[in-house]
Amino acid sequence: MYQELILEHYKHPQGRGLREPFDTEVHHVNPTCGDEVTMRVKVDGDQVLDVSYDGQGCSISQAAASVLHELTTGATVEKTLAVVDEFTRLMQGRGQVEANEDVLGDAVAFAGVAKFPARVKCALLAWMAYKDAVVRSQV
Amino acid sequence: MGAVGYDVERIRKDFPILSRELPGGRPLVYLDSGNSSQKPQVVIDAMRDHMMWHYGNVGRALHALGTESTDAYEGARDKVAAFIGAPSRDEVVFTKNASEAINLVAYSFGNPGVADERFRVGPGDEIVISEMEHHSNIVPWQLLAQRTGATLRWFPVTDEGRLDVSGLDELVTDRTKIVSIAHQSNVLGTVNDVAPVLARARQFGALVMLDASQSVPHQPVDVAALDVDFFAFTGHKMVGPSGIGVLWGRAELLDAMPPFLGGGEMIEAVWMDRSTFAPVPHKFEAGTPPIVEAVGLGAAIDYLTSVGMEQIKAHEKDLVTYALEARREFPGLRVIGPRDTVARGGTVSFTIDGIHPHDVGQILDDVYGIAVRVGHHCARPLHLRFGIPATTRASFYLYNTTAEIDALVRGLHHVRKVFG
Repeated sequence: MYQELILEHYKHPQGRGLREPFDTEVHHVNPTCGDEVTMRVKVDGDQVLDVSYDGQGCSISQAAASVLHELTTGATVEKTLAVVDEFTRLMQGRGQVEANEDVLGDAVAFAGVAKFPARVKCALLAWMAYKDAVVRSQV
Repeated sequence: MGAVGYDVERIRKDFPILSRELPGGRPLVYLDSGNSSQKPQVVIDAMRDHMMWHYGNVGRALHALGTESTDAYEGARDKVAAFIGAPSRDEVVFTKNASEAINLVAYSFGNPGVADERFRVGPGDEIVISEMEHHSNIVPWQLLAQRTGATLRWFPVTDEGRLDVSGLDELVTDRTKIVSIAHQSNVLGTVNDVAPVLARARQFGALVMLDASQSVPHQPVDVAALDVDFFAFTGHKMVGPSGIGVLWGRAELLDAMPPFLGGGEMIEAVWMDRSTFAPVPHKFEAGTPPIVEAVGLGAAIDYLTSVGMEQIKAHEKDLVTYALEARREFPGLRVIGPRDTVARGGTVSFTIDGIHPHDVGQILDDVYGIAVRVGHHCARPLHLRFGIPATTRASFYLYNTTAEIDALVRGLHHVRKVFG
């Protein structure tokens, strides 16, 4: 589960810290373990200009937010939502799902987490927050 | 090291699960008994034997199996009563778990059907708990406060993880209806001194309840000597099965309380528009009870008694002494709870600088087969008080060894290496 890439992002999180300007801000928590993330997105048309975040929690939850920042910032909204869907499918696959690396990029490093049902929510926390924030920014 | 004559290796052989290997050939190191304990062969056998040869419904079947089952079920009640020093077996109520036992007592307050002044609760009245409680000794009282307009108050916890009774006189007053606190904390390991709280409560006629879920499995208890009013604990933490808990209460209080759940076997007579109720304890045991679980709990009590509760307490004190010594060589490890072994059980919760407990627990399990609990252990307010989201908790029992604590320390060094 603890891939080098995950540990690297945990120790050196990318894009961490809440920034201006932003369209929407959301706060998501994992009530069973207390992990939390606050996430802001700035979208212009179909382009994601910035995803900034802050939070606390285990290495999986925090590294996931860092990887998410890298994969979403500068991409199109449509593409990032495809990543969210593929990542969710992978995480909920109980380790039986073949990951689509073309869609997931670095997020494929989390494939091993799917085998640990108790930790799936940690990996999904930031991604669910992102989806929520983007959907709200579109209305 | 070790309580005199205490043969932990022989005890371990009584627990089949302790000899199993986890996938990948990892030996099991079970340090999560505060969460739920493992079961000795005698408990497994007693439950199996009952189901194979004696099972029938209790209290209502007149045939031979019904009689044998009733004898076994009521026999378990006798064993519980003797184990906790209950003045009468009829004061022992079987519940589903400790949570249900506490809910049962909380339900009795502010209930329109109860005439007894001691159970009348309304605006202006107060319920007192503490900041170190398990959610099961918090939420039922919050619900009572919401239902009746009473005020919920609580003892704070000191930085050392002790019950802070410095404000006792201000906290327990003529407005207090009940004080309900942990006998032993499930996170800190702290064993609370009940006497001063009890004395103050008695001055004003307030009732006193102990959540004894973490004390009954680990030390000799005597409810008559403790002199409290209610006492709740659960079977699965004391080498018995899950699905059965116990409420002990003073007979005259139980008599004054309303039924909690209505149903079969809790009645005396039923008409279409009203019922009269069975005497305690049956008034509180609606429906078919956990029969096989009661038999298992009785066997667990026989087993613990055969080992000796004083011996178990002494063994756990040795283990916690060893663990608190071992943590000194681990910089950045902060114990949440008393660092000495005075009035303290075998539960050690801690944080490690910069490493989240979920990562600690995951690596201990994955790499070393060490089972600890991580999170807030159903005591979130206590964690908020210490300003931390979660802790890692190692909890010891009669079958644990110092070698397992050594394994834990080795595991923690590895965790440090991964995240260092």
